[in-house]
Parts: sequence; structure tokens; C-alpha cells
Amino acid sequence: MAEQMTGAEMVVQALIDQNVQHIFGYPGGAALPIYDAIFQQDSVQHILVRHEQGATHMAEGYARSTGKPGVVLVTSGPGATNAVTGLTDALMDSIPLVCITAQVPTTLIGSDGFQECDTVGITRSCTKHNYLVKRVEDLPRVLHEAFHIATSGRPGPVVIDIPKDVQFALGEYTRPEADGFRHSSYKPQTQGDLEAIKVAVEMMLRAERPVIYSGGGVINSGPEASKHLRELAELTGFPVTSTLMGLGAFPASDPQWLGMLGMHGTYEANLAMHDCDLMINIGARFDDRITGRIDAFSPDSTKVHVDIDPAQINKNVRVDLPIVGDCGLVLEEMVRLYRSITNEPRTEAIADWWKQIEGWREVKSLNYTPSETTIKPQYAIARLYEMTKDRDVYITTEVGQHQMWAAQHFHFDKPNRWMTSGGLGTMGYGLPAAVGVQVAHPDALVIDIAGEASVQMTMQEMSTAVQYRLPIKIFILNNERMGMVRQWQDLLHGGRYAHSYSESLPDFVKLAEAYGGKGIRCDNPAELDAAIQEMLDYPGPVLFDVLVEKDENCLPMIPSGKPHNEIILPDTANIGSIIDEKGRQLV
Amino acid sequence: MNAHLLPTGSAYFITKETDAPERHTLSVLVDNEPGLLARVVGLFSARGFNIESLTVSETEHDKGLSRITVVVVATPKVLVQIKLQLERLVPVHKVHDLTAEGASLERELALIKVGGSGEHRAETLRLADAFRANIVDATTESFVFEVTGKPSKIDSFISLMVPLGLIEVVRTGVAAISRGPEGM
Ligand SMILES: Cc1cc2nc3c(=O)[nH]c(=O)nc-3n(C[C@H](O)[C@H](O)[C@H](O)COP(=O)(O)OP(=O)(O)OC[C@H]3O[C@@H](n4cnc5c(N)ncnc54)[C@H](O)[C@@H]3O)c2cc1C
Ligand SMILES: Cc1ncc(C[n+]2csc(CCOP(=O)(O)OP(=O)(O)O)c2C)c(N)n1
Repeated sequence: MAEQMTGAEMVVQALIDQNVQHIFGYPGGAALPIYDAIFQQDSVQHILVRHEQGATHMAEGYARSTGKPGVVLVTSGPGATNAVTGLTDALMDSIPLVCITAQVPTTLIGSDGFQECDTVGITRSCTKHNYLVKRVEDLPRVLHEAFHIATSGRPGPVVIDIPKDVQFALGEYTRPEADGFRHSSYKPQTQGDLEAIKVAVEMMLRAERPVIYSGGGVINSGPEASKHLRELAELTGFPVTSTLMGLGAFPASDPQWLGMLGMHGTYEANLAMHDCDLMINIGARFDDRITGRIDAFSPDSTKVHVDIDPAQINKNVRVDLPIVGDCGLVLEEMVRLYRSITNEPRTEAIADWWKQIEGWREVKSLNYTPSETTIKPQYAIARLYEMTKDRDVYITTEVGQHQMWAAQHFHFDKPNRWMTSGGLGTMGYGLPAAVGVQVAHPDALVIDIAGEASVQMTMQEMSTAVQYRLPIKIFILNNERMGMVRQWQDLLHGGRYAHSYSESLPDFVKLAEAYGGKGIRCDNPAELDAAIQEMLDYPGPVLFDVLVEKDENCLPMIPSGKPHNEIILPDTANIGSIIDEKGRQLV
Repeated sequence: MNAHLLPTGSAYFITKETDAPERHTLSVLVDNEPGLLARVVGLFSARGFNIESLTVSETEHDKGLSRITVVVVATPKVLVQIKLQLERLVPVHKVHDLTAEGASLERELALIKVGGSGEHRAETLRLADAFRANIVDATTESFVFEVTGKPSKIDSFISLMVPLGLIEVVRTGVAAISRGPEGM
């Protein structure tokens, strides 16, 4: 039976019917009817943010740590434009979001009305899909369809723009199951082609230098995909590496784990990619941080690519065997077919390959020079890891060197524990993302590994953490530099540090206290453990200002325009001489 | 093999395209809904694809379907991306590369205004007749012709009219369909 209700009530009812427990939002004139409907119920809890960008990153953290869609509610005009960064971030990193934006009444659309902006126009290129709902009759269908589109296939953000008069209008609400979707054109392919999977398994059974290159798609697919990835690795004995986005899908504690690959990946992961004869890409998109020079990228390998999005196939790198489908299902089939032929891993056949990999491992590319006087950023992360590894811990990051060090020195054994902005590289992502993760996992330990520049971009969400008693820990590796920018200026611009230092920093301890949280500072390696313990013991939000070595470079690094086997290792003292003058002048 | 690579000193790896661009006509079946055209055009501009010609019109009213014909010039690799990226849009049902998939027909309509008096007029009319152009407006100093046909035919007619007093041209863009009994 259809029920009569207002558009605003439909929004709330649809959230309930879609099992949404939390939404992140900020009110304003055009959104007030929806806020009124939220006020009159208890099923959906609204988290009031301090800036709409914060709401979008919270929803991303919530989504990435749970596998459920994150939901955002903002008002028209500035509310919607403030959400654009987070929507773009979610599009780049395949995060399922449903973002409801309020709009001026339909009669005022196009009149430059108060707080009007062309939300669907602005967000068309930064969403998977978007809607302007002009009639209340369409609203229930659009709401349910938005959840379906955001979460199925390759996940992504969906915007629903709802004019205020549509929020007030009365109409018939229909439940999700009753509703046929308008877009019969939307049919993501999830089942991989069985013949192609068979060929892939045959390739695995012939490979002598194989490598599994897994990506964020394994996380997107869900915990089953991680399980099957582990099974496949165990069954075959193949080495596994992963992109930044896929960390945790395969356990870092497993001997078959090579570490992250790419620009700041390990020596062994990158050389294995370069020299392999069979590359099995599972849910990764051959990003330019991975491939380096395309023509020098893994020149002698046969490449298998499993991806749910057909447009990723042959986009950057030509592959020999594409398999379009959900990687969880494809991995399951691979395991089944492999088992139907043999239960023996290819230990013998790939023994030489493993020996070569062990040789690369000996290089110990993540080494750094320890210090007794200053805190090395890598050391700080290593200690944080050691002191928290037995707990249920979730890590978010900002963007920069600290992000890469976190990826290198914090180790993940489970999926959905690592939240970072990879594709867009959005400074200011980590703090609000941590808030979102903590909302979803109130009892877990949630830590934002931050840089002092990034964290100031969305610092205000500390206030949200305090309001909702969310005990997030913000672990700032404070080098008083935009370290990543400084490193590139050393590499490419003769050490001319144009605007890459953080002058006039706030006193983070006082800042924490001003927000009603706790502040801690430490600059002595000998006192670091005790200070970390103090952070962990405090039951509320903490801003921990770790004063670290100012000019540490993030290595290893594959410099631009160089192939994987020309990686810069940690013992390189002067990175400024690596790229020649001619290279520097271009672009 | 590496010759097409520029050495870079940037955050990006820049490779030059070496394949020659080709002209292809795509036929795209879509839901006719607000913002659809902006979505398609936005995709082309966001991804740096070039549009030569674009026509859109509703073709099946009861199903709410429109057909878009788009002519693009791109390298084979980019052509594949264009097709896949179009298919990714939620309201897009099907994309056919008519040029790649076999024989197809292309037609375009143009309205062409030509001025002039005296003996030029006779020459203009003789050519118009040869091209089966209809006269849809005439004054003592001008004609408006309606010409349909392949884009290349229209191109030739227009170039012939230039010395005879071409004033202006409007063209509809290409509509295309595959030959034979099969539909999309
Ligand atoms: C400062 C900085 C430095 C960086 N350095 C590195 C680096 O050294 N190494 C590195 O790896 N990254 C690095 N990155 C991140 C990089 O920019 C990319 O974001 C990342 O490499 C992309 O990861 P991915 O290929 O796993 O794809 P994602 O962006 O996670 O995309 C997922 C892929 O899986 C597919 N997919 C989604 N769902 C499914 C499913 N259910 N089944 C199958 N397929 C699915 C999607 O279509 C997509 O192709 C860096 C980022 C920053 C900001
Ligand atoms: C919103 C945004 N603006 C600019 C950049 C470019 N950028 C990348 S890393 C970086 C410096 C980050 O500094 P900090 O947060 O202190 O981290 P560090 O590199 O020092 O660890 C900048 C400016 C970005 N990624 N995001």
C-alpha cells in the first residue's frame, strides 16, 4: 500500500528503508523541511558537521570502513558547492555516497534566487550520476535508485537535488522493492566470463615469474573478495602486492606480501612488477603512480586485468586478458577452477623467482637512518603501529609524506581498516574521515595520521568530534613543511622552497584544548612511547603534535619519467641531482 | 619504440600519441531526460574528446528514447575509450560504432543562402539542379537552397557556391543508420 507523505518525509522514510543509521549534514533555508522531518523521528541519527566538505569526507570514512553507503545532507547554494571536493574525492576513489542537496523552489530555478546554484550542472562531472527532482511523484523512485547506483557496479557518489517546494509537496511513497527503476539502461556486469577465467588459470599454471597486483576494487567488492584473494595466493604460492587503495585486502604479515607498489612502493614490489612474466591485476586501474613510464612498464609480462568497469580495460595499459566482473566473484571462480586442476602451489616452478624476490627484499628499501635526538617520522609511525597492533584499529590519513610513510610503516591485516584519499589526494580528508569511521565503530581505536599543513584544512571538525564524544586521535607528524611539496622542489626545482613551509603554525596543544579536546606534544624519541600511551589512554579526542625531523625525504621513490628499476633508494643523499636539467625544464 | 616519449621532469608521464586519428560515426541510444545532452557533451569536454558533429532527437516517444548521432575524430585507442565512457553513463542504453561495424548510411541537411544577380544566377541554378537542391526561398537577389545528402556532397555544393555569392550556411549535423535489416 502506498502511503501519503510530504517529499521531506519521503527522504527520511527512504533512508530508513535503505537501512541508513547515520547521516552527515548541515542545515540551511532550502533544507529546512527535511530537517523538520529528521527532528520528528529517532531511527536516523544526524551528525552536525562544521563545514560541508567535512560531511562528505565523514561519509567517505563511514562508507569505506563499513562497506555501506555514506549519506550526506546539505542545503542549496554554498552548502552544495562546499560538498564538491568530497564528491570528486569519492568519484576518484570509488566510494559509495548518496548526497542530498536542497534546492530553491522549482518556480525560482533559473532566476538567480537566493542561495541558488546549478547543483546538477556543477556536480555532473564529479558524480557517478545525479538528479534534479522536480515532481514529488518521482522522488521515491529516485531516492531508491540513487542508493542502488551508488553501491552497485563500480561504486561512486550520487547527488539528489530536491527543490524546497518538492520537499513540502504531498505524494505517494513507495518502498524500495515496489519500485521499478527508471533506468533499465544501468546494468553493471558482475559475473566474469568463465572461459576467460579458465584461460587466466591456465596462465597461472604456466607462469614462472607471476605477481598478483591487487587494488581498491578488492576492498570495494567486500570482505569475501579479500578472503578469496588470500585463498588464491595460498593456493598458488604467488607473491602479492597492492596499490595504496587496496592495503589490507591481503595481510601485511603474510610472507607472500611484497608491500605496496608504485611511486613510493617497495623495491621488491616494483621490481617484481617490472620483471614478472604474468601480472594478475585484480581491481586496480593502472594509475600513473603505478605504471611510471608506460612504455617501460613491465615490458615482458602477460597481463590479466579483472575490473568491474569496462572503461578501465586498456585505458592506460594494453592487457592480454581482460575479465570484466566483480573481483570477488571472479576470484572465487579462479580458486574453484585452480582447485579442480590441482591443490599444489607452484612452489617448485617459481622457486627461482622467489629467490630473486628475496634478493630484492635484502635491499630493505624502507630502511631509514634512526636518530636519538630527533623523532624520525617513520619511527613515529612504527611505534604507533607496535603500540596499537593488538587493538581494533582504523587508520585515516591526510595527504603528503606522512600518508606515504603510514602506507609503508603501518601494516594492515584486514580490509576496511585503511582510509586515505588516493585518486584526488585531498588534503583535509583524514580528520573528518576519522570522525565518520568513529561514528560507525564507536568502540574502535581510530587514528588520523596527519601532516600539520593538511590537518588545518578541515581542523574545524575537531569540534564535531567533541560534540559527539568521538574519541578520535589525530597524530600529526609536524615537520613545519609541506613535506611532499618540499621534496618535489628538491627533486625538480633546485631546492627553491616557494611557499612550502608552514610559518606561523597554531599551538596545536592549545588549539585542542580550545576545542574541548586534549593536546599532547612530543619532540624527544625517548619520550615518544609514553606520549603515545597517554594519547591512547585518553577517552576523548586528542590532537597529538609530534615534532619530527624537518627535512626527511619519503623514499623509496620512482622519479618521474623513469622506469620501475630506476627507483631511488633510501641511501641516496642528494635527490636534487637525479633528474637532469633537460627533464626539469619540461612541464 | 621509446622515441615518442618526452623526458619529463614533472609529476606526470607524458607520451605522445603516434596512431593516426580516424573519423567515426557513433549512434547512441539514450533515455530522453533533462540534462542528458549536457551529460554527453560534458563527458566529451571533460575527457578531451573532440566532437565533429552531434545530432539528437527523440525517436521512440512511448519508450522515452532518443538517438544521438555523434561524429568524432580520434585514434583507435581513444575511440574505444569514447565508446566505453559513453556506455558508462547511467541513461545510455547502447553505443554502436557505425563506421567500425559495417556498412552504414549518413545524411545531413543544409540550408544555403546564395546572393547574386545576372548570369551568376543561371549558373547557380544549374549547379543546384545537379545537386538536387530545392529552392525554398527566392528573391531577385538571392536563393535559399535545401540540400540533403552525405556530408561530403554538401561540402562540395558549398564550395561551388562560394564564388557565386555564398552568404551563409546552416547544417543539421549527421544522422546515421546501419544498412540491412538489423536495428540497434
Ligand atoms: C601523494 C600521493 C602519492 C601516491 N603514491 C602512490 C604509490 O606510491 N602507490 C600507489 O599504489 N598509489 C599511490 N597513490 C594513489 C594513487 O594516486 C591511486 O589512487 C591508486 O594507486 C589507485 O588505486 P587502484 O588502482 O587500486 O584503484 P582504485 O582507485 O581503488 O579503483 C578501484 C578499481 O577497481 C575497480 N573496481 C571497483 N569495484 C570493483 C569490484 N567490485 N570488482 C572489480 N573491480 C572493481 C574500479 O573500476 C577501479 O578500476 C598516491 C596518492 C597520493 C595522493
Ligand atoms: C587540497 C590540496 N591542496 C594542495 C595539495 C598539494 N599538496 C600535496 S602534499 C602537500 C603538502 C602536505 O603537507 P603536510 O600536510 O604538512 O604533509 P607532509 O607532506 O609534510 O607530511 C600539498 C600542498 C593537495 N594535495 N591538496
